[in-house]
Amino acid sequence: MSANTASLTSKVRAIEAGGHVVVIHFVGDSAAIASGEGEVLIAGGEEALIKAHRGAILAAAGDGRRIFTAGDDGRLVATDAAGQVETLVDCGGKWIDQVALGPAGAIAWSVGKAAFTRTGKGERSIEAPSTVGGLAFAPKGMRLAIAHYNGVTLWFTNAEAKPETLAWKGSHLGVLFSPDGRFLITAMQEAALHGWRLADGQDMRMSGYPGRVRSLSFSADGDWLATSGAQEVILWPFRTRDGPMGKEPLMLAPGPKETRVTVVACHPQQAMFAAGYSDGMVLLVRMQDAAEAVVSQRAGAPVSALAWRGDGKLLAFGTENGKAGLLPL
Amino acid sequence: MPEKIPVTVLTGYLGAGKTTLLNRILSEPHGKKYAVIVNEFGEIGIDNDLVVGADEEVFEMNNGCICCTVRGDLIRILDGLLKRRGRFDGILIETTGLADPAPVAQTFFLDDTVGGRTALDAVVTVVDAKWLRERLRDAPEAKDQIGFADIILLNKTDLVTPEELREVELRIRAINPYAKIHRTQRCDMPVQSLLGQGAFDLQRILSIEPEFLAREEHDEHDHDHHGGHGHHHHNGGLKHYHDEDMQSLSLKSDKPLDPDKFLPWINDLVAREGPKILRCKGILAFKDDPQRFVLQGVHMVLDGDHQRDWKSDEKRESRLVFIGRELDAAAIEQGFLACVA
Repeated sequence: MSANTASLTSKVRAIEAGGHVVVIHFVGDSAAIASGEGEVLIAGGEEALIKAHRGAILAAAGDGRRIFTAGDDGRLVATDAAGQVETLVDCGGKWIDQVALGPAGAIAWSVGKAAFTRTGKGERSIEAPSTVGGLAFAPKGMRLAIAHYNGVTLWFTNAEAKPETLAWKGSHLGVLFSPDGRFLITAMQEAALHGWRLADGQDMRMSGYPGRVRSLSFSADGDWLATSGAQEVILWPFRTRDGPMGKEPLMLAPGPKETRVTVVACHPQQAMFAAGYSDGMVLLVRMQDAAEAVVSQRAGAPVSALAWRGDGKLLAFGTENGKAGLLPL
Repeated sequence: MPEKIPVTVLTGYLGAGKTTLLNRILSEPHGKKYAVIVNEFGEIGIDNDLVVGADEEVFEMNNGCICCTVRGDLIRILDGLLKRRGRFDGILIETTGLADPAPVAQTFFLDDTVGGRTALDAVVTVVDAKWLRERLRDAPEAKDQIGFADIILLNKTDLVTPEELREVELRIRAINPYAKIHRTQRCDMPVQSLLGQGAFDLQRILSIEPEFLAREEHDEHDHDHHGGHGHHHHNGGLKHYHDEDMQSLSLKSDKPLDPDKFLPWINDLVAREGPKILRCKGILAFKDDPQRFVLQGVHMVLDGDHQRDWKSDEKRESRLVFIGRELDAAAIEQGFLACVA
């Protein structure tokens, strides 16, 4: 944080989220704040508090209209801005650990080792070699990436073809496609990322982090992958054919000593990102000149969620101790 | 930082009585709420939304170290449980009878989220008094579970004679002289004596003196156990066993240590001998350092930190203990003594 950092804190509308903020997604114009207490708080317009789950919300995805939350009560539910709740899956108390949304309304979720998809053509499932660490749909086509121990399984969910495996030793806990679909990146149990160039399966190692990487976000133009896990936001270049191979990452927006970046979220249109830190600080950072603005001061607990509204005019954040806020831009 | 949630790991060979203990913990009115991670759902006869099934997935860390393993399923489950903190007082993890406790313990050292929010409180091992001798012969897992334990429930004591019971305790002591042994029938231990003990917690290590047999049985014991290998022979007629396979080693120095010698030495030792070292614990007095340095380790994974100031009436003495297989006691002792400042 540099000396001449601007402050936007007076523009923030503070919100009490009530529990550990797990994920935030926008539903219409409002933010849907999913908490460890199983609640979805609709904030920003008509406010509503929906008890979506009996236990904690473990994961969530959003399509801009509804938030899809997976809980340790074994349910997957969709909630819209009006507070309408639809139960999509109920698997009787087994934890639903992961959820992802794909093209044409496709949805995927996982229960332990089993990954499920529901598309216009019905429901299918596949058993991963170990617990599913992450799920992501490719930007185009009905192709699901399933992260697990020792690699990623790529599965065409509507085809009979045998799933393909991208192998890399270690436990893969999160997975993300680049917006152009050329690269697949995983966050590992080790303090590192792994990536594959999908055209030829070329491996890419992205390491050097002091801690586990829990948050990944591509810039709007797809040129940069912003990541958490270090004292600074680490941005890997993805513009060229080789991606970040053999290149140094950018390191921006260092937090105070002994803090770590916990969440990153790139702006949906502009070359700008929001970063949340382990001391509760939220910064807004412009990429070309690394100019910073403080969105929220230290809240005393790590920032656990960040989200941009689709039009890029509203930023939402939340922390592990239930503090949340909205910043209009 | 909010206080870390204490985690108790429950081990024990098949049939020793783990399920009995779990059912007691879940059903007794002790006023506390525990999340329980079980390996076999069906065995627990209680419907409770804080009982979670685990898969015992042991994952190697991709760092070139063969014994750096973590329980991947535990990281996932603990992550989930931590999202609704405040709803329980502790977490209890049951392992299967054949499980190696090391990956469970190492998970708390090697995963930053788990290690940052929870603390391994104690490894509790349930042992069958009647069948332990047979298990020690045919099941290396049973021996590992005893070697790892902070607390041992010597269960089913009603099925053996007092002489047999004493002999079983001596066998346990030969492997692990530092664990606290409780004699039980049907695991009838008050829950408060098992959970939240701080037996594994760096910040609360007060003593690493060997835990001897109950006082009335060992008046003749020599309490000064330094340099011993867990097989002292005494004059009082008590038998002492020497376990062929697993030993403990206790080192002591009343001269302050040089941290610039000690830390490289211990790091190198666990890097080389880690697969053989089950546990190590130490309280160390460094030269010109007003604080006690405490150390905990499982195989190659070490965790050490300054704990608190030495008290004025406290003897500034360094103690280090190891439990492991085929430990080269002479070489380790020599290396340790060479670290004197």
